[in-house]
Amino acid sequence: MPPAWRNTLRAGALLGLFAVAGTGLVAFVHGHTQARIAANERAVLLRELHAILPDSLYDNNLANSRIMLHSPELGAHAGEGLPAYLATKDGRPSAIVFTVVAPDGYGGPIKLLVGIDARGVITGVRVISHQETPGLGDWIDTRHSDWIYGFTGHSLHDPPLSRWAVKRDGGDFDQFTGATITPRAVVGAIRRTLLYFDAHRDQLFAQVPAQTP
Amino acid sequence: MQLLGLCPLLAVTGTVINGLGLGLATTLVLVTSNVTVSLIRPWLSAEIRIPIFVLLIASAVTAIELAMNAFFHELYLVLGIFIPLIVTNCAIIGRAESFASKTDALRALVDGLTMGLGFTLVLVALGGMREVLGHGTLLSEAQLMFGPMARDWVITLWPHYRGLLLAVLPPGAFLGLGLLIAIKNLLDGRRARRAAVRPVPAPAADAPA
Repeated sequence: MPPAWRNTLRAGALLGLFAVAGTGLVAFVHGHTQARIAANERAVLLRELHAILPDSLYDNNLANSRIMLHSPELGAHAGEGLPAYLATKDGRPSAIVFTVVAPDGYGGPIKLLVGIDARGVITGVRVISHQETPGLGDWIDTRHSDWIYGFTGHSLHDPPLSRWAVKRDGGDFDQFTGATITPRAVVGAIRRTLLYFDAHRDQLFAQVPAQTP
Repeated sequence: MQLLGLCPLLAVTGTVINGLGLGLATTLVLVTSNVTVSLIRPWLSAEIRIPIFVLLIASAVTAIELAMNAFFHELYLVLGIFIPLIVTNCAIIGRAESFASKTDALRALVDGLTMGLGFTLVLVALGGMREVLGHGTLLSEAQLMFGPMARDWVITLWPHYRGLLLAVLPPGAFLGLGLLIAIKNLLDGRRARRAAVRPVPAPAADAPA
């Protein structure tokens, strides 16, 4: 074999060896951190859900009672479901937390968690991801203002459906000075969620598992 | 003056803790990469040198990213995409190519450590500047790195400070970087002038004939 070919083969083999070593290292670390990472993600999720539902309202493990919803009203794309978490107390359904996507945010889609109890009253709303303008649209985030807490306690007919909008659109909810599109998108998404809940309440609560694992 | 690794510098230095977190992660990658490159010197033939550097750095960064996800999850979420982007930090492949592949492991380790700590220092300086102007605080969110007891470490310089938005946005990072470079140029110029002015030792007086 001419020396040039031999060199190339040797170089290729060496590269392959390093590739195996690198992959081996990553696989090793992955194997040893997988459990911790999954636990971390579960903890973050439970903390977010906990902020939305008062403790007294449920006694099950929310992470285990997840259902996937594919409704476009909640902002789901074709093929991709949005998780909702069913809360039960003494085995009876007491509330549900929807993951909702508002596609019409200023900087892109806004992902929210909306908690609604069995009577259709909002227990809490939180924005979990967004790309809104810092200092303006990002007031929907709890780190920058208390605006999002203002939805707690409202329901589909409180205020009446026609007033479920920002003040500029003839509704009851404040918009931010200099940023109307962002709060409009959030209010619209919550309104759609309430309508969805109203239409599908019985089907949703029927999915409560017979016994909590 | 060389300017390397600007991508994370501008995007992640919103606060001291963010800058510190990414700086330490980069230092870890630098040390790991430098030492490993130095140890595999015998096998670094010319044709495959660069691909091996890339492979090595990518594996190291992936392993460190997984470790951060597992042990510093909140900080990992805050730094987001900039942890894997450490792979693209040309300072790392630059040191591997120009230094670590030509010296022994100990020197490579020291080089990685000092380069990394210097980088961290710049990130912290810029982060501090932007945090003070943008939020009026220092060391906010320290619990992301140091645990729940660090929540009280935050120093609030002006309570009720609304914050200079410009400092928080990317243009503020550019302005801050420009300021740091200007200060360094000033100090360098002063040092050069002082060296020029320092009297040259007088030659021995000629002995009278």
